[in-house]
Amino acid sequence: MRAFEYVVADSSAAARALAREVGAARFYAGGTTLVDLMKADVERPQRVVDISRLPLTAIERRGDVVRIGALARNSDVAYDATVAQAFPAVSEALLSGASGQIRNSATIGGNLLQRTRCTYFRETRWRCNKREPGSGCDALDGFNRGHAILGTSDACIATFPGDLPVALAALSAHVVIEGDAGERTIALEDLYLLPGDEPQHETSLAPGELITAIELRVEPLHARSHYLKVRDRASYEFALASVACAVELDGGRIAQARIALGGVATVPWRAVDAEAALAGAPPDDSAFRHAADVALSGARTRAHNGYKVELAKRAIVRALRTVCGGAA
Amino acid sequence: MSTTIERPATAAPVTHVGRPLDRIDGHAKVTGAARYAADAPVGDVLYAVIVQSTVAGGRIAEIDETATRAVSGVVEVLTYRNAPKIPAFPFDFTVPFAEQLAPLQSDEIHYDGQHVALVIAETFEAAREGAVLLRITYAPGPFQATLEGAHETELPDNFFGNAMQVRRADPEAAFAASEITVDATYSTPVENHNPLEPSATVAQWRDGELIVHDASQWVLGSRAAYAKAFSVDETQVRVLAPYIGGGFGCKGFFWAHQTLAAMAAKVTGRAVKLVLSREQMFTSVGHRSSTRQRLRLGASRDGTLRAVLHDVQGESARVGAFFEPAGVVTPMLFAVPALSVSHRVAKLDIPSTTAMRAPGETPGTYALGCAMDELAYACGLDPLEVLRRNETETDGESGLPFSSRNLLACYERGAEAFDWSARTHAPRSMRDGGELIGWGVAAATYPAMRSRGEARVTIDAAGTIDVASATHDLGTGMYTILAQIAADALGADPRAIRVRIGDSAFPLAPVAGGSMSSASIGPAVHAAAERIRREVISIATSAGASPLHGLRADEVHVVDGILRAKDDPARAIAYADVVRLGGSGALEALGVAEPGKEQEEYSFHSFGAQFVEVRYDEELARLRVSRALGVFDCGRVLNAKTARSQMIGGIVWGIGMALLEETVRDDRYGAVVTNNLADYHVPVNADVPAIDVLFVEEPDLKFTALGARGMGEIGITGVAAAIANAVYHATGVRVRDLPIVPEKLLGGAAQAAWRK
Ligand SMILES: Cc1cc2nc3c(=O)[nH]c(=O)nc-3n(C[C@H](O)[C@H](O)[C@H](O)COP(=O)(O)OP(=O)(O)OC[C@H]3O[C@@H](n4cnc5c(N)ncnc54)[C@H](O)[C@@H]3O)c2cc1C
Ligand code: SF4
Repeated sequence: MRAFEYVVADSSAAARALAREVGAARFYAGGTTLVDLMKADVERPQRVVDISRLPLTAIERRGDVVRIGALARNSDVAYDATVAQAFPAVSEALLSGASGQIRNSATIGGNLLQRTRCTYFRETRWRCNKREPGSGCDALDGFNRGHAILGTSDACIATFPGDLPVALAALSAHVVIEGDAGERTIALEDLYLLPGDEPQHETSLAPGELITAIELRVEPLHARSHYLKVRDRASYEFALASVACAVELDGGRIAQARIALGGVATVPWRAVDAEAALAGAPPDDSAFRHAADVALSGARTRAHNGYKVELAKRAIVRALRTVCGGAA
Repeated sequence: MSTTIERPATAAPVTHVGRPLDRIDGHAKVTGAARYAADAPVGDVLYAVIVQSTVAGGRIAEIDETATRAVSGVVEVLTYRNAPKIPAFPFDFTVPFAEQLAPLQSDEIHYDGQHVALVIAETFEAAREGAVLLRITYAPGPFQATLEGAHETELPDNFFGNAMQVRRADPEAAFAASEITVDATYSTPVENHNPLEPSATVAQWRDGELIVHDASQWVLGSRAAYAKAFSVDETQVRVLAPYIGGGFGCKGFFWAHQTLAAMAAKVTGRAVKLVLSREQMFTSVGHRSSTRQRLRLGASRDGTLRAVLHDVQGESARVGAFFEPAGVVTPMLFAVPALSVSHRVAKLDIPSTTAMRAPGETPGTYALGCAMDELAYACGLDPLEVLRRNETETDGESGLPFSSRNLLACYERGAEAFDWSARTHAPRSMRDGGELIGWGVAAATYPAMRSRGEARVTIDAAGTIDVASATHDLGTGMYTILAQIAADALGADPRAIRVRIGDSAFPLAPVAGGSMSSASIGPAVHAAAERIRREVISIATSAGASPLHGLRADEVHVVDGILRAKDDPARAIAYADVVRLGGSGALEALGVAEPGKEQEEYSFHSFGAQFVEVRYDEELARLRVSRALGVFDCGRVLNAKTARSQMIGGIVWGIGMALLEETVRDDRYGAVVTNNLADYHVPVNADVPAIDVLFVEEPDLKFTALGARGMGEIGITGVAAAIANAVYHATGVRVRDLPIVPEKLLGGAAQAAWRK
């Protein structure tokens, strides 16, 4: 870790101003991603702006919209009664992540911006286009069991590791961002950028912009949602593959469906074509399998991650069956 | 001082021994009072951080220390250019150097992760920052870090007394003539120990003497190594390791960071603290070699073995000598008329391999245990029945009878407790709801070893009983069992006994390895305490001022630290008063215990049977161990609670080995990429089911008077085989390379079944 300057912000405006004063500033929320990466010398902020005391922790319902403050802790959100009832996938995704201790520190805003677990990214000795643009990517022909099969590029195949954002993608959440020009609200999926040729650019946030909240709409589709995470061990591990889905049934048919994938893609991956394939279909295994095949049709695998195609498909089928009330 | 040499003869009396006494060090541990190496109360320390090579071969071309030295607080940077010269390490295992290579002695690089610099600073933060800023450029050279393509191979004859190339009768012919044969190759990956406590050393030179607080499983071995490395007499070195936060073998040998800490202390004239990072633990304190094991079993249709051929291929570092003797159990575990065992070791440019959780026995019982299961299925017989049919009373390797072998009883008690008879034979035949269920079994074994051990027992004028020995407690329960043994001999409360261990100034003890500490030190404590008891009684019955004056020794007994006349309890005197009567400030005895000629008469081994249930959610390839039972025959159980905990720990590590653990090297670089606990998976609580442990307890009095064969490593043996066998039973898929991760279960037949 390198020496850095530590400042505490007492308002969101002050936080943004403090961040913009220096070239390399980082907000400190729960610190569970940031401090790890600083220790690994991957993040090298000149200044760390502590935003953890800003009053952005509320979980409020206004009409049909639930607004969750960016500094709400993962645990508090997971156990919030409204969230658990109106957005089961969100609550399940949060509880499937990390450990109790980490969830007690980690914030919602920080969770959205957690960085990849690609082992070649997390140690400076390796070649990594994301960490050092243009240096190459050691994962392409290295140990890539955990790497992405969707949304990859020739420059980077790093998996987006988070759980919550996958659930948020399935439930069409929005992100509230505060910048110099005031507040703007974007769809969650618009926060994330595909790696393309410049994997160092991960989000559409401008320097100094602050996430202040996320917003979710209360509707029947979202109440019938589910998050399924598959991994090697039973707890405390990132997903090999995960699925967030939501389904609205109309009689014996699927009126509309939402599917997002985690653990297999470079960003929280909304499987729009698979959703379309389900619309109007009966909620049975053959429809689910078809949707799964569609969702993975664009997969590109490397030496060690080929199994993810099959695993993700099975997870999609299981998650859809579960959410439609079928046998486990 | 008087010395008593213990010889196995009569059984020791037991009152406290065996009881599930809580750890006497437990309170200190949970309250944080127990000080581990890095907690050593040494003032005014400097902090040292290691920089490791990022190439696996070649030379250091350039070192730029400018930025490092500019960090405020950095005191010194040691590299091969300025490090004090250290004599080449002798490599004959008289001193436990893990690697031939003394650190910072040349610009040559032998493997990725080699220590190439040490940054020493006033604060840990400054040392870390300095380490990050150090610029080392390499002239990379060729290296060989994979088994594939390895051109240098050794065929070792011997591994710590075990023959590594074994032949019995004509195994090829017997195999060819067998009615049923199994020919399969199993592989196990590189694994790392990952104890909770990273290795740490706090070193300080005072008036030419070196004092080291060290995370060491062998304080006397470390002492010898420090003395050799710095050319001082062993009496000028003191190594302290009163508490060790787990070791599993990685703190047994002497590693480069230990030399570096003492070197830094010497150069700076200050105390220096060096703690390895978690990442560094993967390359600085050894690993378990990967193995590839081909097993050919030939048997009669009834499952009795006719021939076994076991060929082991493993790896060893060019700078080290340790390798994985995976074939050690094959000559002794079952009755095998014709046998061959071979070991081939590829010399690689990697950090040294080392002892880890029953080296040899662990991968060996895995491969052999799976092959026995395959044999059972080839014969159409119950796997447990096939194990039973190959039981033996003699060690086929030495030809000696086992001192005590209750493996059949382990099978029997285990089968009953596990309800084995409810198992249906066919793979995929047991289900619960949507999940497939599999039951597997395998034999466990570990040799009973002992080494010369010494302990001093003292009673002072306040009546305080003190036990001291240079042995260790890695969380195993050593403190507690030594107190129990002394308490029985002295008629005292074990909680009132002070046990001091982990100090090289104390009487001789071997490495805390090979599960031999209790068998080596327990009898020494027993001998010393018995001696003290006799002296106390003799003083109490002969001193005129004693209320017991004039009684014969057998007319006196000791209860709770008070000597009483057996037929008149009112005539009594406390230990403290006897010591005062004796006129000296304290009574002291040294107990010595060592193996004798019984070693030529018997083969000493512990045994066990591992039973495992797995549940498999086929759709998601989700495999979990849902039940585990270990039944063990380890002689006398010294403490039912700590023994059970040790066996549970072994089984948990077995779950890790079977399903999760793997150190992955990027072959292009010869470097470990899974060097953290997010990528190297160990079982978490949710992976560990309720584990049952049973003991078939028969004190092994041929071994020692205490009858305890030592416990620890046997717990993991056989577990991976039992799990792999259960996986086959559940899924019908034989996975022959560990760990059994989801991708090995997806695909093929399993995939077709899901698609149907
Ligand atoms: C051991 C371990 C296991 C984990 N396992 C999982 C898992 O299984 N699943 C999972 O989803 N996650 C997992 N995580 C990741 C964890 O969820 C994230 O680290 C956490 O959510 C980040 O939140 P934080 O508040 O600590 O972020 P911080 O570390 O404080 O910040 C992270 C980044 O976001 C920026 N930032 C934070 N808040 C804002 C804001 N309001 N506006 C703009 N920028 C901001 C920071 O500058 C920083 O760059 C794990 C983490 C660890 C350490
Ligand atoms: S996959 Fe992406 S993050 Fe990983 S090494 Fe390659 S460029 Fe870096």
